[in-house]
Amino acid sequence: MDLKLATIDLGLIAPEIIIAAVAMLILLLGNVVRRRTILAYFGLFGLVAALLTALPRWGNPASGFYGMVQADNFAIFFKIIFIIAAGLTILMARRYLISHEIESPEFYALLLFSAVGMMVMAATSDLVVIFLGLEIMSVPLYVMAAFARHDVSSNEAGIKYFIMGAFASGILIYGIALVYGATGTTDLRRILADWGFFEMHSQLFLYSGAILVLIGFGFKVAAVPFHMWVPDVYQGAPTPVTAFFSVAPKAAGFAALLRIFTYGFADMSQLWAILWILAVLTMTVGNILAIFQDNIKRMLAYSSIAHAGYILVALTAGGDGAVSSAAYYLLAYTFFNLGAFAVITLIDTRNSSTAQIDEMQGLSGRHPFLAAVLALFMFALAGFPPTAGFMGKFYIFSEAIKNGYIGLAIIGVMNSFVSVYYYLRVVVVSFFARPNKEFEAVSYTPAIFIVLVITAAGTLILGILPGYWLSLARAGIFQFL
Amino acid sequence: MELIIFYLAAVVAVGGGLMMIMQRNPVASVLYLIVTLVAIAVMFVQLNAVFVGALLIIVYAGAILVLFLFVIMLLNLRGEKFAEKRTRLDRPTRIILAVAFILELLAMFKQVAFPGRMDELMVQASPDFGGARPVAELLYTKYLFPFELTSILLLVAIVGAVVMARRDEKDKKRGI
Repeated sequence: MDLKLATIDLGLIAPEIIIAAVAMLILLLGNVVRRRTILAYFGLFGLVAALLTALPRWGNPASGFYGMVQADNFAIFFKIIFIIAAGLTILMARRYLISHEIESPEFYALLLFSAVGMMVMAATSDLVVIFLGLEIMSVPLYVMAAFARHDVSSNEAGIKYFIMGAFASGILIYGIALVYGATGTTDLRRILADWGFFEMHSQLFLYSGAILVLIGFGFKVAAVPFHMWVPDVYQGAPTPVTAFFSVAPKAAGFAALLRIFTYGFADMSQLWAILWILAVLTMTVGNILAIFQDNIKRMLAYSSIAHAGYILVALTAGGDGAVSSAAYYLLAYTFFNLGAFAVITLIDTRNSSTAQIDEMQGLSGRHPFLAAVLALFMFALAGFPPTAGFMGKFYIFSEAIKNGYIGLAIIGVMNSFVSVYYYLRVVVVSFFARPNKEFEAVSYTPAIFIVLVITAAGTLILGILPGYWLSLARAGIFQFL
Repeated sequence: MELIIFYLAAVVAVGGGLMMIMQRNPVASVLYLIVTLVAIAVMFVQLNAVFVGALLIIVYAGAILVLFLFVIMLLNLRGEKFAEKRTRLDRPTRIILAVAFILELLAMFKQVAFPGRMDELMVQASPDFGGARPVAELLYTKYLFPFELTSILLLVAIVGAVVMARRDEKDKKRGI
């Protein structure tokens, strides 16, 4: 009797194992340890440990678990993004959770599990594993959206996100099933290798599957016309959770999309037309609807849709340069969008807050530092130099032009101009508008101060010295084994 | 004889599926889903995949759907609660979408008859295909990583459900 044992190289998935183990320990210790600070910082410690185990793998890609795990530079680059996003979210969430009386150990555990799912998604070339990673990422997010259980709008956010997310997962798994029906495999490497054969024999199957996969991820990264859930969920969810929503799942969704569509289905020639329409719609609808928002969380929700559109431009352009520009942009976006949400979290910590843009009136007089970093993040979101937002957009649009998508680049730049209006409105209100009432004080904690400093520094460093980071992103192109 | 059983199972499976989505009462829906699953299990047995068929009945019909029933009964759902508001465009949209999906499926199944590949796949299937051993072998070698991921997914789902359903101080104050 021949027994084939799996070759197991746990080193390949060490970051995932560490974070999952820490999350489980937090669940266990939650009943024993009374001081929740310890649990929060234990979670942070797990993230740092995972980062330290992930980094040495840079430059020597490896594949394991029968091809189910791809620990290449691309995966590590995205794992860094997820770890940064999760770590900053833990730091900024604590005070908000305490002041809203919803803190519990499970919050940190769920956040970490969600990060594990994202890391799994980014580090594989198998559609089954991508799907499982997506679910491990999404299920905690549904719960986190509804974490303020006594708040009706948080409940609404949770149920909306859950129903939309489940629906999207259904479409995605249907697409994967069709792709499997057409090719007999879920491994993107084998799909690419025999693309011509599959396309000849089961084109319709393959294309229907690919498009359903695209739609499924379209929901997750909030592309128009699959964006209906975004504003309500972003507005209703607790603010730190919204911060996490706006960067991490988006980065994970795009990591999977980039793998699938610029690698596995790279030879699908008609695809660019669909992606082109999707990118234009997403940018334009997101930016135009953002103009009309008075609630700052809602405005940033539409803004995050618009940013998904910019990254879709890179996906449409295709090619190594475009993939690395998308990766660079997602890293930059993580910094400045989390930063913007950190400021809002501070202001929103007061229980009277409804997160209207008007609440920013007089911010600069009372809290000059807060107003200054908020302005920095808004400039970065709008894409002004010398912030990371400018360099990110510059790389994406120049890649689009290089690959012959001049029209798309022009539409993108025009959209950027539109977005200046609503981002600057926040800056104008916080600096120049006369306060209509005495500005309520907000008090910093060291943790949230650290978040502001890290995100502001990241926004500036990535913008002023983009070369090094872009070369990292460029080295992060997937090398499949 | 085999063919008769196959068609019987197929009709029961499709009919069960149809009845499942047409029921107003969620409990009846679940029962029809069990009917469908048993019919599909019969087909697996016919394909010589006895173990897969048994798994389908034990795990799905036996465990998961019973869980569904518990949840539905616990929540005390009644059919009329689902009588949603309808707009005028609702029915046409549904019909158009359904027809589009059916056409898509038909077109694809017409195309799927690529002879060379079908034969190739059939030859590859080993005699104990779908038995306990091949399933276990795949589960613990090629699909080991996804298998372990599934257990994390289940853990996360349980934790999430507990977090959502737990009574806290505020609930106790309100006497819920």
